[in-house]
Amino acid sequence: MAIQTEAMAENVTEAGMPQLNFETFPNQIFWLLIALVAIYLILSRIALPRISAILAERSGTISNDLAAAEDLKNKASEAEKSYEKALADARAESNRIADEARAEAQRDLDAALTEADTKIAAQTAEAEAAIADIRSNASENVGEVARDVAQALVAAFGVDASADSVNAAVNDRMKG
Amino acid sequence: MAGENDIVTEVPSVAESVTEGATTEHLVEGGAYPAEEGGLVFHPLDQFIVRPLFGDGPISWYTPTNVTLWLAIAVLCVAALFIFATRNRSTIPSRSQSIAELLYGFTHKMVEDVAGKEGLRYFPYIMTLFVFILFANFLGLIPMSFSTTSHIAVTAVLGFGVFFGVTILGFILNGPAFLKLFWMSEAPLFLRPIIAVIEVISYFVRPVSHSVRLAGNITAGHAVIKVFAGFAAIAVLSPVSVVAIALIYGLEVLVAGIQAYVFAILTCVYLKDALHPAH
Repeated sequence: MAIQTEAMAENVTEAGMPQLNFETFPNQIFWLLIALVAIYLILSRIALPRISAILAERSGTISNDLAAAEDLKNKASEAEKSYEKALADARAESNRIADEARAEAQRDLDAALTEADTKIAAQTAEAEAAIADIRSNASENVGEVARDVAQALVAAFGVDASADSVNAAVNDRMKG
Repeated sequence: MAGENDIVTEVPSVAESVTEGATTEHLVEGGAYPAEEGGLVFHPLDQFIVRPLFGDGPISWYTPTNVTLWLAIAVLCVAALFIFATRNRSTIPSRSQSIAELLYGFTHKMVEDVAGKEGLRYFPYIMTLFVFILFANFLGLIPMSFSTTSHIAVTAVLGFGVFFGVTILGFILNGPAFLKLFWMSEAPLFLRPIIAVIEVISYFVRPVSHSVRLAGNITAGHAVIKVFAGFAAIAVLSPVSVVAIALIYGLEVLVAGIQAYVFAILTCVYLKDALHPAH
């Protein structure tokens, strides 16, 4: 306790409140000014320019990146547009090809049909000619048969008649 | 009783020391704590004593003292945060670099908001003040450390430095027009001289309040913590005391930041007066 009171007494003589011990003021002020100058130099010479450069660079990078993103976005929409265009082109092309194919098929079909028609017509004409031929032949034959039959009949009835008159009579009757 | 009186007078008269002195008296009166428990004798202000680092001689202006040590530590911490942490200049900042950037952005915005664009010319000075006080306050909160900003010698240099700097700047920039600061052109004519007197007085009180506010806050907080630490020597009171210290410590952390901020923003306000004196 004795030591303590001694120490206390010393303190009291030193300063009631250390803050008001004016003997230490020059010392504190001296070192404070040195510290302040040091901090000022650290900040103004190195730290603040460096940090402001970092911040400027960052905002530059960000705006660059944003611009790049915008660019890429435009490119993407362009690519999409060209893709759609290609798709539409392809579709049109395929339609065109299909139409062409259809038209060609139609043309082929038409040609085949006309050919077939002409062939049919030719054959019909031929057939008709043949029929007409046959028919005329047949009527000729009928006349001959009739003349032959009439002569035979006339002979059978015992009438003497010339062949020419019989024929004329038969022809007469056949015309009638 | 003589001893008791000694103790009471030894505890100096900070606002808090009134109650603290009373408790001391009570404890000693109780007599439950014999002389060996010297821890009960409060020395809440011993932490502020300026001592030479080497030897025990008188303190002259150049003697390296504990003030020197803790100022140097503050400078080193500033250098660590603002030079070492930003050395990579990374676009994507590391944690410590973002703290430095945060402090930069915070102070920059404060100066710009309060003092305007022209105030940004003086941004490095305000940043110096803010960063110094901030680091000194926080370093002072380390147990066994020395709070440089608890000393009126330190804060008065800062406060009066700002005062003279701003006043000289005001006259340089505005000439005699700087005196318009004291002439309220909106007030009724007959009131203007009275207001001018009040304004002048308040102008000259500024540096005092500016510096005493900082030193007072830091001193009071540290002294209160020390007083509660003294109570921790009593077994019955120690849990309360420890909890109280923890709570007050939290408060002091807040005060350390806020006082640095207050000092810086008041500097900005004074700077704004120098840049635009007309009301």
